[in-house]
Amino acid sequence: MDVITNLAMGFSVALSPYTLMLAVIGCFIGTIVGALPGLGPSNGVAILIPITFSLGLDATSSLVLMTAVYYGAMYGGRISSILLNIPGDEPALMTTLDGYPMAKAGKAGDALVLSGVASFYGAMFATLGLMFLAPLLARIAYVFGPAEYFALYMLAFTTLGGLASNNQAKSALAACLGLAIAMVGVDNSSGMPRLTGGNLHLFDGIDFLVAIVGLFAVAEVFFFIESHGKSSSMGVTLDKVRIPWRDIIMTRWTMFRAAIVGFIAGILPGAGASLGSFLAYMSEKSIAGEKGGFGTGVSKGVAAPEAGNNAAAGGALVPMLTLGVPGSGTTAVLLALLMTLNITPGPTLFTERPEMVWGLIASLLIANVVLLLMNVPMVKVFVKVLMVPPWILLPGVTMVSFVGIYSLTGSYFDLLLMIGFGVLGYILRKLDIPTVPVILGILLGGHMEDALRRAMVISDGDYLYLLSSPIAIVLWIAAVLGFIAPMFLRNILRKPQAITD
Amino acid sequence: MASDRIFGLVMAIVALAYIASATQIQTSFLSDPVGPKTFPILIGVVCAISALFMVFKPDPEPDWPVLRTFGAIFFAVIVLVTYAYLLKPLGFLLPTAIAAGVLSFQISPKVKTAVLSGLGLSIGLFILFKYALDLGLVPFPKSWMG
Repeated sequence: MDVITNLAMGFSVALSPYTLMLAVIGCFIGTIVGALPGLGPSNGVAILIPITFSLGLDATSSLVLMTAVYYGAMYGGRISSILLNIPGDEPALMTTLDGYPMAKAGKAGDALVLSGVASFYGAMFATLGLMFLAPLLARIAYVFGPAEYFALYMLAFTTLGGLASNNQAKSALAACLGLAIAMVGVDNSSGMPRLTGGNLHLFDGIDFLVAIVGLFAVAEVFFFIESHGKSSSMGVTLDKVRIPWRDIIMTRWTMFRAAIVGFIAGILPGAGASLGSFLAYMSEKSIAGEKGGFGTGVSKGVAAPEAGNNAAAGGALVPMLTLGVPGSGTTAVLLALLMTLNITPGPTLFTERPEMVWGLIASLLIANVVLLLMNVPMVKVFVKVLMVPPWILLPGVTMVSFVGIYSLTGSYFDLLLMIGFGVLGYILRKLDIPTVPVILGILLGGHMEDALRRAMVISDGDYLYLLSSPIAIVLWIAAVLGFIAPMFLRNILRKPQAITD
Repeated sequence: MASDRIFGLVMAIVALAYIASATQIQTSFLSDPVGPKTFPILIGVVCAISALFMVFKPDPEPDWPVLRTFGAIFFAVIVLVTYAYLLKPLGFLLPTAIAAGVLSFQISPKVKTAVLSGLGLSIGLFILFKYALDLGLVPFPKSWMG
């Protein structure tokens, strides 16, 4: 078995004391990042990337650290959902539906432990899935030529827009905005500056990290100024924490089904964790039927979205590592990390850098166990973190963003750009225009154009070449369906609204 | 309604300007069949179409804050821009304390907590960055250090 030898090699990397320490630190920071309202996973990972980069860690170490943060944030998101009824990130929204009523009924401890176990279950399932599926997909990805990649990028943009937003035109606009920004700078193949307006600072293009930190972190500050931090109401208090064995055993099949649903949703390029937790919750709700009491604080309603969410988080790593196409907002940020580290994700990653890929997978397995240990007995520590008031947290986040970007690029111009992106992010989110497609566009724009141009070089300008292989045709059909289908499904698959007191 | 229309219109104009400037991109003699212009123009066209969709099929109006809040956000932007310019000449501690304090005051208007969080964040983050993470930060303006 290849997998076992590879995994053994992975563990030999992951179990070195230094890597292990990074994984544990990553888990701890990640859980805090996920738990703090107003600092979701994409946000947290985004502001940590410049810092990690200026620390000068090598590629494997930074990747282990940041994916541990990513997994940790997925765990942490549930804490504020359950206790404060504020989802730490979008996928955690589904957890509030039953988690908060459960906490109000005096079972906050049970809900936290149960959701922690469900998170573990989902994440473990997904990591194992990643382990077996990613090498297979990497083998398929070898036959991908530029035409297939172009179609795949199309698919990522259309499904991301189609599923994550409420208005196709707005998500298409967001994707175009990102792609348009990616075009700025010197053109790779002709060596001519494009769309720089003669500004020398723009010749290198716009750094995606600047855009990400601006759109996510700085924009968040403006939102808090608008609300005066009022959204962070004090929720339910937590008194005793014990392990609710009965609930855990009762929800075992729920977790299993939710993990499968979540994993599949995560693999779809562009769909991501929000869809995973949403589908997991909705499918369990329909299985349980009317008398299942979903929405009133039942344990299955807490276990399903958490298992689904964490499984999707792991699943989203599959397309990110094998094809270089992220499956969610946070994996888009992780892709930015890979690009900063000069690692090109794709099938060759598995053959050229096996120690990195398998070290990462082994670290994820370890991180998951660490996270379970951290999140069940030590959950009270993280609950304390929720007490950090927004008037310390948000200025802190801003200052960390500034220092991070400044130490990375050392230019005022980038700081100003970052503030500009912050304002843009505020306006976009106000108008309900998703920001994740913007990020994806900035990250993938260059690759997408390259794929198109290489395809045209091969075919000598014949545009039908884009549809010349069965894989490409399937991807195009999926892309078109992914864009159109949600327009009709939107009335059927309406998102449940968050509960208000 | 109106905000979607205005934003859509602005974006449509931006997209047209983008297309116009994309047509001005110089092509080198060593070019591929697609060239450096096509893709940006394509994006501009799709962008303009989606923007027009926003103009003609707008969503319900979002909850805009009152005018004073816009003022507060605008002020925060000014503070951040100033901070970006002062970070190097004045060192880390002073500008950070002021900027963090102002932002803190804007989120929760209490003078005492704002001053404390400004000072605390500036000193705490400095220690964290300088000693724990080993980033090269300058605490004070160079002239003070002699």
